[in-house]
Amino acid sequence: MNQKIKELKKIANKIRKLIIQMISRAGSGHPGGSLSSTEIITCLFFEVMRHNPKDPHWPDRDRFHLSKGHTCPALYAALALCGYFPKEELWTLRKLGSILQGHPDRRTPGVDVASGSLGQGLSVAVGMALAARLDKKDYRVYCLMGDGEIQEGNIWEAAMSAAHFKLDNLCGIVDYNRFQIDGRVEEVMNLEPLVNKWEAFGWHVISCDGHNIEELLEAFDEAKSIKQKPTVIIAHTVKGKGVSFMEHVVDFHGRAPNEEETKIALEELEKIGKLLEEKDEEF
Amino acid sequence: MKNSEEYLYTRDIYGETLIELGKKDPDIVVLDADLSSSTRTAKFGKVFPERFFNFGVAEQNMFATAAGLASCGKTVFVSTFAMFATTRALDQIRNTICYNDFNVKIVATHAGITVGEDGSSHQALEDIGVLRCIPNIKIVVPCDAWEAKEAVLAAYNIKGPFYVRLGRARVPTVKEKKKFVFGKGYILQEGKDIAILACGIMVYFSLKAAQILRKKGIEVTVVNLHTIKPLDEELVVEMAKKHKALFVCEEHQVIGGLYSAVCEVLAAHYPKKVMSIAVKNRFGQSGTPSELLKEYGLTPEDIVNRVEETLQD
Repeated sequence: MNQKIKELKKIANKIRKLIIQMISRAGSGHPGGSLSSTEIITCLFFEVMRHNPKDPHWPDRDRFHLSKGHTCPALYAALALCGYFPKEELWTLRKLGSILQGHPDRRTPGVDVASGSLGQGLSVAVGMALAARLDKKDYRVYCLMGDGEIQEGNIWEAAMSAAHFKLDNLCGIVDYNRFQIDGRVEEVMNLEPLVNKWEAFGWHVISCDGHNIEELLEAFDEAKSIKQKPTVIIAHTVKGKGVSFMEHVVDFHGRAPNEEETKIALEELEKIGKLLEEKDEEF
Repeated sequence: MKNSEEYLYTRDIYGETLIELGKKDPDIVVLDADLSSSTRTAKFGKVFPERFFNFGVAEQNMFATAAGLASCGKTVFVSTFAMFATTRALDQIRNTICYNDFNVKIVATHAGITVGEDGSSHQALEDIGVLRCIPNIKIVVPCDAWEAKEAVLAAYNIKGPFYVRLGRARVPTVKEKKKFVFGKGYILQEGKDIAILACGIMVYFSLKAAQILRKKGIEVTVVNLHTIKPLDEELVVEMAKKHKALFVCEEHQVIGGLYSAVCEVLAAHYPKKVMSIAVKNRFGQSGTPSELLKEYGLTPEDIVNRVEETLQD
């Protein structure tokens, strides 16, 4: 296996373990969508994006905005592993006075704009992309959206404007894990045909397996090469990915695992980690 | 009498002020949502096309985009009608602009009943109320076009989110105006009996009412409380101490605006009879501005009547 891909897989596994530990200690949070977005966030922070954890406000950094703010444990774990703040801070998640709020907040090093109220993040990213153009800077803007989230009208207003302004420095990612709080997305409020929708709004669309590192890296590369229009990556994912009893289980959208569940989840992830250390082949 | 007075559109002066600021500061960006000819941001767009963005009829996107621009160091002026700025995009203003304490300056036009013929859907009468309880935002309601300019300059110079409330109609310039200091009200004229605290066009009407009351033997202090948030608490308490009764005049609902702000301060520091001249929990409707001011009890005569009734009690 390509060494780089293997490293990213190991990091994704570490992030998953941290997500489980953080949410378990916090006693509340959103594991399902954090686990589904793990590879996306791993690729961005450990390969794709230009950023410097020692200088979080570096003007030339690529921007990342987590529009689906509730899955911030994945982002916090990535930021800690990058070195934006000490790993110990992760155990303060959702506690009074913590730099790690229940939803993203500017008090966290590495977070530029708070989020949490769904549907606004793509607009924020449009603003960042316009600012890059005004300042003649070549940074790129990445915005991670949830599938349930894009039921918000604000997303489609933003989508229309990003194409209108020809923001080719903007890349949206939809974490298409097919579940939202009340159940299956297609039952609550169907999004399909999703590719056609984004295309109709003037975007370049790439569909890929959102857990496949190679596919994700290729998608981000392709996005960089697209000119005159924004790109959206529809990342097909599994809610609760990596923990057997959380996968495709809507209950874990917004529930912390109990002590027993935490133990099992960590054992499962530990096994995957060991396999990654020992074996070279894909799995 | 009208001939000797200057009547100006506050929004005209806003548009010109934006250009002045734009020449000075390349980081100023202006956004509008298909109302740029009405709000006068189009003037800025003509001079600085690369720094002007029209979002079409999509206010939610415009306000959240303003936050994104501000996060990258831009000072963003966002304009549309007060109705659509404050109620349509309230979540964006609350969660993405104010919570982040971004340099987004909302300069909304067409506030109040004097929007006139367009009727209720376009007459924002609760905008101050819905914004006032959000932390970080600062709110200014200028009394005329020249104070509007001062308010816009203050919004530019002071960090964080701002709401500057402008109307549609041409408004008389208040000759007795004092120097504008953000966060500080000022006394336009002093009288020993009662005090009228006002903002926006009601400042001019309050001065007119004070003239009539003087002839009737009632001496009136008139105060311009242009900054609703943070309110000049010291001045409000001082006025309460010095007068028999206070009257608060605003082109806004009785709930949530200047009257509420004044009563909140006095309830805690100097309990006092305070009467309101405002829209009394009703929606607006079509009509000429002067017809509507009469219908909703916001004319100088209404102020006079309210003062006389109260003093008779």
